[in-house]
Order: sequence, then structure tokens, then C-alpha cells
Amino acid sequence: MTKKTSIGSKLYTALVFIFLYAPIAVLIIFSFNSGKSTSVFEGFSLYWYKELFNDAATLTAFKNSMIVAVVSSVISTVMGTAAATAIFGYKNKLLKSSIMTVTNIPMMNPEIVTGISMMLLFVFVGSLFGQTGTLGFATLIIAHTTFELPYVILNVLPKLRQTDPHLAEAAQDLGCTPFQAFFKVVLPAIMPGIISGLMMAFTLSVDDFIISYFVSGTDSQTLPIRIFSMTKRRVTPDMYALSTLIFLAILVLLIVSNVVSAHGDKKLSKKGGAKK
Amino acid sequence: MNKKSSLMTKLAGAPYIVWAALFIIVPLCMVAYYAFTDTTGAFTLSNMADIGKYADTFILSIWLGLLATVICLVIAYPLAYIMAGKGPEKQSTMTMLIMLPMWMNFLLRTYSWMTILEDNGLINTLITSLGLEPLQLINTRGAVVLGMVYNFLPYMILPIYTVMLKSDRSLVEAAQDLGGNKLDVFKNVTVPLSVPGIVSGFTMVFVPSVSTFYISQKLGGTGTILIGDIIETQFQTANNFNLGASLSFVLMILIFICLAVMNRFSDDDDGGVII
Amino acid sequence: MMKRLLSLICVCFILLSSFCVVACAEGEKDYSHLEGTTLNVYNWGEYISDGADDTMDVNKEFEKRYGITVNYTNYESNENMYNKLKSGGANYDVIIPSDYMIAKLVEEEMLAELDFSNIPNYKYILDKYKNLYYDPENKYTVPYTVGMVGLIYNTTMVDGEIDSWNALWDEQYKGKILMFNNPRDAFGVAQFLLGQSINTTDLKEWDLAIEKLKEQNPLVSSYVMDEVFNKMENGDAALAPYYAGDFLTMYDVNPDLAFCYPKEGVNFFVDAMCVPKNAENKEAAELYINFMCEEDVAVANANYVCYASPHTLVLESEDYDLKGDPILYPDESEMPKTQIFENLDYDTQQYMSMLWNELKIEGNSNIDAYIGLSVSLALVVIYLIYKFAKKKKRERYY
Repeated sequence: MTKKTSIGSKLYTALVFIFLYAPIAVLIIFSFNSGKSTSVFEGFSLYWYKELFNDAATLTAFKNSMIVAVVSSVISTVMGTAAATAIFGYKNKLLKSSIMTVTNIPMMNPEIVTGISMMLLFVFVGSLFGQTGTLGFATLIIAHTTFELPYVILNVLPKLRQTDPHLAEAAQDLGCTPFQAFFKVVLPAIMPGIISGLMMAFTLSVDDFIISYFVSGTDSQTLPIRIFSMTKRRVTPDMYALSTLIFLAILVLLIVSNVVSAHGDKKLSKKGGAKK
Repeated sequence: MNKKSSLMTKLAGAPYIVWAALFIIVPLCMVAYYAFTDTTGAFTLSNMADIGKYADTFILSIWLGLLATVICLVIAYPLAYIMAGKGPEKQSTMTMLIMLPMWMNFLLRTYSWMTILEDNGLINTLITSLGLEPLQLINTRGAVVLGMVYNFLPYMILPIYTVMLKSDRSLVEAAQDLGGNKLDVFKNVTVPLSVPGIVSGFTMVFVPSVSTFYISQKLGGTGTILIGDIIETQFQTANNFNLGASLSFVLMILIFICLAVMNRFSDDDDGGVII
Repeated sequence: MMKRLLSLICVCFILLSSFCVVACAEGEKDYSHLEGTTLNVYNWGEYISDGADDTMDVNKEFEKRYGITVNYTNYESNENMYNKLKSGGANYDVIIPSDYMIAKLVEEEMLAELDFSNIPNYKYILDKYKNLYYDPENKYTVPYTVGMVGLIYNTTMVDGEIDSWNALWDEQYKGKILMFNNPRDAFGVAQFLLGQSINTTDLKEWDLAIEKLKEQNPLVSSYVMDEVFNKMENGDAALAPYYAGDFLTMYDVNPDLAFCYPKEGVNFFVDAMCVPKNAENKEAAELYINFMCEEDVAVANANYVCYASPHTLVLESEDYDLKGDPILYPDESEMPKTQIFENLDYDTQQYMSMLWNELKIEGNSNIDAYIGLSVSLALVVIYLIYKFAKKKKRERYY
């Protein structure tokens, strides 16, 4: 491909990015509106940010989101990594492919179907025991873990394929127990996959609305559910303030992770060079 | 010793297998169970018989979903192509810029379109200040498709871009060396190589578009009730889980059929997406 | 064993008597044992004073006074609330449904009987709102607000004064009309226009009503609940039927809006606080209900929510901004014709929700979808045949 970029392609890129960012810009600008309106800009103020920080329900929702995201992403990463190692080791083709098919279901299935299928299960099991109020933190964490698991597995599996299978064997020949071999040799090799799986699981959890909408209970409203109920009512710019803050948080996170990974790459290549 | 280790790896998969059975397979069975029973739990086909009434809704949902997916593809492909040709620094910045809106909650992004498209929203304010007649933008099908395209565009760009990046540059160069002109090379080398990316992009845009309810509720008005809306209503207000479950059941099957057809496009043994 | 039982009885007795002493001395019970518990309140959106614009934040005030955490969530409509309650997925302690929904909940034995000794402020409720049909012996409910449905319109977009529901069927406002997004209220409008009872059990009458609504469907821009606030305030719609109290809230923001009670008649409703049977913190729930009936709290809510109040102290209070408001409290002579929703029998309910589903998908005119889908299907088939032919050809080569 030629290096010089035509004006056409530059213009095209610019247009797509304007399309992607225009609505977000609108949100950000109106979050500084001094008036109540979400369509007429009356003047600059930070009033809605103050309102937002006084809004206990939103703060609780944020806390809930964090709890659910941390717990579910850790569970799914641990379970998913173990599962990926196991699946990689299975010799039985049929078993392997059927597990992979099941793993793909939550990714292929529309989220709304995943959400209601879980809700039906929880409500059904609850009614078997004559319980009401089955939906809550536990069900939310189970649901999130379930839809995060495929992403963890699919992040770890390619790394396992890349590692030399003889490494673990060599370690065992040198006197390691299989356990030690796994933790000392295999795990470090697949670590990048695990970390990207964990990060993906975390972000998916924080961002998920549809599945949470069906399986959350009274005490476990997450931030997206809170946003949903905000847009169902009279919307004031405090919701825009919230989105601005979310935007900034993601921006910072992405920049940091980019810098870290760029830095890591450099270090890695240096290390590799030294070894050679 | 080898046996011991293989036994252990096998056991490591056990928690996941149990989990997947309990929380992936069983819930789907629950959907089927509710779809074929009435409120008392007795077997019935009446929910399934009711589906006929919603045939038009299914067709509309699939059509709008397909339309949004194709538009996404048309917008995303050139951009992915341009990106893949840039230097590494620029590439990582652009990837980041595309991912950023993706991680922002889609409810917020959809809502902001509502403020832009409203009768007294930003676009119409602009138009009327120029002395023109305001346009009907919100509560149209166009608005719903726009919402879908906007929300899911990054899911189309990124897979295509990744595949283009991974595919072997030397193939393109070889084709050029062999005397292919730009168009021929693009048609016969670049596009076929990017098919797996298109397939996974298609899946990632089509499935959420077909099943959405929030976008159509906010931007669609009365004429654009999608199947997701109907399902959501059954579970959130109408308290008719059985009808909702049967609709979901059919939706799931329809989507799997669509994906299977899509998979025919990629080379048979390639398996970009596994069903 | 006997000893333990005795001591238990003793303790109970002491506790009881101490309660009594406290109660007699201060007229208030000791609620310290509820500290640290959580109370799940499930209410309509925009239906409590929430501290915006220096009003009282009622939930925060309650938390501060009793040390009970209020977990406050919203629903959109009675049906939405019923669904959450019925599905058994979630437990709530206080809910505020409307009359007909209360009747339904009572009928299905989903409400707990209230202990009115915990709700002494009940005495402030106007007598005419006690013992209504949904709760004839007053065991389950404490009225929170009362009100009527009316027609809100934007005077800059609508010519002349409006006095009839017919305006919602007027072709010239096509695409500028909003409609209720819940079956009872939406059917109610059509039924008033048709001169039916809004509680008819004659399925033929429901058929007529749905015809009327289907006729209106192409003119309606969307079916909304609380989204109506932004749309009417910003002038994005011209006409909307909604609750009278909410008009006052909108009018504060957009003075171009006007309101009328259509001459065909309107729905009168009572929204009352109740405790579901499966509530986990019933005592705190009663405490909360009592708290909501305290004078300053009730006034703050009445000022914020703008619905008419059934509370005697509010109606007399100096701080009540809407005292004698002609829309909320019309004179006898101005009083519109009203009907109150009753709970429909099961068959009628089922029939109604079926019709409602039909109405929702009514507007999907699908010609573009049929054409588009068949064209794309044809393309797919052609491509697959082409690919198949090519493969065969290639196979022949080798």
C-alpha cells in the first residue's frame, strides 16, 4: 500500500470521526448548561456536577457497578483460565468442539435472550423454594460471570496455542510438580491473554445494561440501570454530567493502558534482545 | 507423571463445564419450557400459535437490522482499509478513538441522538435558523437505523481492521508485481482476505441490532416497534412470560439461521464464527 | 426450659410495658431497633420531593432521622410495578399504586394489612378519601395523592382553546400527538370519547375502543409515560393527555402550555401507599408511611409533585404553594365529569392486554421491509449459486 494518503481518505476518516463524536460532544457541552433544558444552552455552570454528587442513588449505583464488575470479572478470569487450559489439553475432539459451541452461545445469542433466560431460571428456582426476591447481587454476579466467561476463554486460548507445550514437560522433567509447572511456566507465558481477558470482562460488566436489566433486583441497581431509569423520567443535565465523567474516565483508562502496553512492548523487546 | 498432569488439566475444566451447563444450557431450556407452557405450567402450543401475529414485527426487525449492518459495512470497510495503511503510532491512536465511544454506555449515546433529532433539537434549530422548514427526523425508521449504525459501527470497524492488519502484506505486493492493477488487487486479494473480519463484524452488528429495544423506543415512535420491544414489554410490564419466552425462542432460532447463512460466505472450512 | 420460657415472657412483658410508657409519654414509639436496616421503596418517577432546587430531600431526611437506609427505585406505570411484584424477582417494602391496581393486589392477596397504630398520622387524611371501593375497610392503604387526567397542549402549536379529547384525533396535529404508554389510561381516553364506561366488561365495547385507538395510531408520534415532560417542555409535541399535577410542573418550565379537562369526562384516581405481603421490613415501611404523612414532609411532597393532596394539614398549610389551585381543586361548578378505574375481571384484563399488544404493532407498515428482505434474500441465493457453480467448475479442472 502506498504511504501517501490522499485528501479523500483523510476527509473520509475525519467525517467518520465527526459522526462518532458529535453526539458525545453534545452531551459534554450540555452538561455545563446552567439551565434545566437539554436543548437550549443558557450559560456555563458546574451546577449539574454538584447535583450529581449529591445524588445518592447514582453514587450507590456506581458502587454496585464496581462491586459486580470486580467480583464477576475475577471469578470469570480464574474459572475461564482454568477452563481454557483444560480445553486446550482435551484430546477428545467431540468434547472439545461441543464445549466450544456452548462457549459461543452467550456471544452469538442476542443479549435480551440471554437476559430473560437467566431471569426465568432464577425466578423459576426461586418459586420452587417458595422464595420471592430471588433477584439481587448474587444473580447479577452469576449472569455477568456467565457472559464474560467466553471472552476470557477466547483471550487465553490463542496464548496457550502460542506457548511451547514442551516447556511444561521440561519443567516437570526437571522436578517440578504439575502444579508448579503450570504456575511457574505456563501461567507467565499466557499472562498477557489473562490480563486482556480480565480487562475485557471488567469493561463488559461495567457497560452491560440489557442482561442486568432483567436479572437485577431492588438492592442491586447498577449504573446503566440507573441511567435507564433516568432517561425514563424527566431528563435534566445531571445525566449529561454523568456521561461526561464516564467519558473522561474511559479516556484516561485507555490512554494509560495504551502507554503501559507501549512501554511494556519496548521493555519486552529490550529484554528479548538482551537474551539473544 | 504425565497421566497425573493430564488428569489435573481435565479437572480444571470441570467447574466451567458445570457452570456452563447450569447457566447457559439450563436457562435456554427454561426459555423453551416457558414457551411451551401456560401460566399454570401445563403444556400448550397457544403461545407459539400467537407468534403468527408478530410475523410483521419479526420481518421489520430483521430488515432494519440488516440495513443497519450493511450501512455499517459500507462505512467501516474503507475506514478499516485506510487505518491498516497507516503507521503504527497513528494506528494505535485511531483504534483508541474508535474504542472510546464503544465503551461509553449505549443508553447515553442513544439518548444524545434523541436530543439532536427532536423536532426542536439541534439539527432542526439549525435548519429553522437558516429560514428553512423543520424536518421530521425523530420517530422515523431512518432514525432507528441511524441509532443502530451509530451504536454498533465500532464493532464492524475493529474486526475488519484487525483481519486486514494480520493478513500478509506480501500477498498484495505479489499480486501487484504480477501485474494486477489496483482494482484487481483490491477485488481479488484484499477483499477475500478480509472476509473473516466481515463475518465477525456482521455478527457483532446484526445480532444486537435485530434484538434492540432501547433504540427503537427512544428514536422510533409508533411506527417502529421491534421484536425486542415486544419481548421487553412481556417481561417488564405485561407479565406474560410465556408469550415473551416463545418470542425469544423464535428470535433466537431466526438469528442462528441468519448467522448460519452468513457463515456460508466465508470459506467453509475456515469457520470464522462457530455455531 | 420452663425457666427460659418464663424469662422470655418476662422480657416480653417488660419490653411491651416500656413501649407503652414511651408511647404514652411522648406519643412516639421507639424505633431504634430498626436502625441500620434497609427499606425498599418503589414509587413512580418524579413522585417525591428529592432535594432539587433546595426542596426537602424526603428520603435523606428519613434516613437521617431513623438511621434506616432508603433504597428508592422507580417504576413507569402500575402495570410495570405489578409485573415486578408478581414475577417474584424482587421484594419491596413500600409501593404507591393507583386505585384499580390496589384492588387487583388485594384480590390476589398480595398486600399486607397495615398496623395503623404505627401510622398515627393517618388521622390527617381527608375522610372522603378513606374507605374507598378498593379498600372498603381501610386495612391496606394510606392515600398519598389524588388527581385527574387532563389534556395538555402547547398554545403556540394548537389553534384556539381545546375542550375535547377529539383534539387527539385531529389530522392537522399528525406527528405532534403523544399518548399514554399504559393500557388503562390509553383505553380510558378512547372510552370517554365513545361515551363508554371505562370499566366496561363488554368485550364488544373494548373492540370499539381499540378501533378508535388504531385510528389514532398513525397520528401519534410516540407512546410515552414520563418522557412526556421533556417532550412537552421543549415543544417537541403539541398535545398530550397526562396527569393534571404534572402539567403544573411542565408549566413552570414552559408557560406556552395550557391545560383542560375534556368535556367527555376524565379519570379520577387515588394513589395510595401500601405494603406488599412479602415485605421484609414491614415496621420500617409503616414508619415511612407515617413519615410521609407528617405535615412538613407532606407539604414538601405536595409542592414538588404538584398533585392534589388528600392531607388536611397540607390543604391548610401556609407553606403550600398550590393552595386552591383551580386545576387541582376546581370549584363544584367547574368540576369535570369523572369516572374512577375499577379492577377488571381476569378475562377482560387478558382481552385488554391482547388488544394493547395489537395496537403497538399496528403502525408497522411493512412494504419496505418485505421488498428489502426479498431483494437481499435473492442476492444471497444468487451469490451462493454463483459460488457453488464456481466450485464445481474448479473441481472439473483438477
